[in-house]
Amino acid sequence: MAKSVTQDTPAKERTSPISRPATYGAASKPRGGFELFSWYFFRISGVILIFLVIIHLLLMHVTNDVSKTVYDFVAARYQNPFWRVYDLVLETLALLHGLNGLRIVIDDNIRSHGWRLLAQSTIWVMALTFWLMGMMTIITFHPGETGGIMNLFGLLK
Amino acid sequence: MYRGQSGMFSWWFHRISGLGILLFLLLHIVDITLLGFGPTVYNDVISIFSTWYIRIATLFLVAAVLYHAYNGVRIILVDFWPKGGVKYQRAMFYSVLVATVASWVPFAVYIVAPIFGGCLQSGGCQ
Repeated sequence: MAKSVTQDTPAKERTSPISRPATYGAASKPRGGFELFSWYFFRISGVILIFLVIIHLLLMHVTNDVSKTVYDFVAARYQNPFWRVYDLVLETLALLHGLNGLRIVIDDNIRSHGWRLLAQSTIWVMALTFWLMGMMTIITFHPGETGGIMNLFGLLK
Repeated sequence: MYRGQSGMFSWWFHRISGLGILLFLLLHIVDITLLGFGPTVYNDVISIFSTWYIRIATLFLVAAVLYHAYNGVRIILVDFWPKGGVKYQRAMFYSVLVATVASWVPFAVYIVAPIFGGCLQSGGCQ
């Protein structure tokens, strides 16, 4: 019986998030370390995301038509802190779940250590940047005010 | 080494749909940030979502999300159901395809109806 690439790989090589060996989808459950955490994270965040995302899609496209999801629609929803928390959790889990997936796709397809390091670093920077952008909006949004932080860039009068 | 013929396609499409959803998410975070620019700017950009071509694009997004979700459940079952998981993985894959299409159709009807002047939502469209 053929062993998987993961099982054939020495343990040391398997636990680093950057030098994970390419397995082309044939990986079995990782032995430990960050990869094992990532394996569980995908599945747990995935199950939670199923509910968060589907409800989000229903609210934005089925119960209301997308043309109605205007500024005032958001303002009304965000008066209730529940929706801010909901959207925050949705954004955080979706970003981490997705970027972790991107990390694995890169691991599987980029062989050179240098380029892989560059790509992984870019993912981390992206994760931080987009997460903070989303968080800033969700937490500080106040209708009628053009966002405080935007004034820093002199973009608003 | 793949588990069965359907295994390769299901895995590959799981990745493609995931990457597609991620790409959309990054754009979506950017467009929502426009809330900070006030109602005029925000509403102008959001109105793009109501155009017929973006509605069609939304159909692809919804299909990707549904497939990725159902196939994800299938992956979890294969991982945590030692005997049945691997044995039934092909049957589960066909169920995933059927479930994806079946739950996609109602979404599609709601999203596409306004292109033809119809509107299924009680709150109105446009």
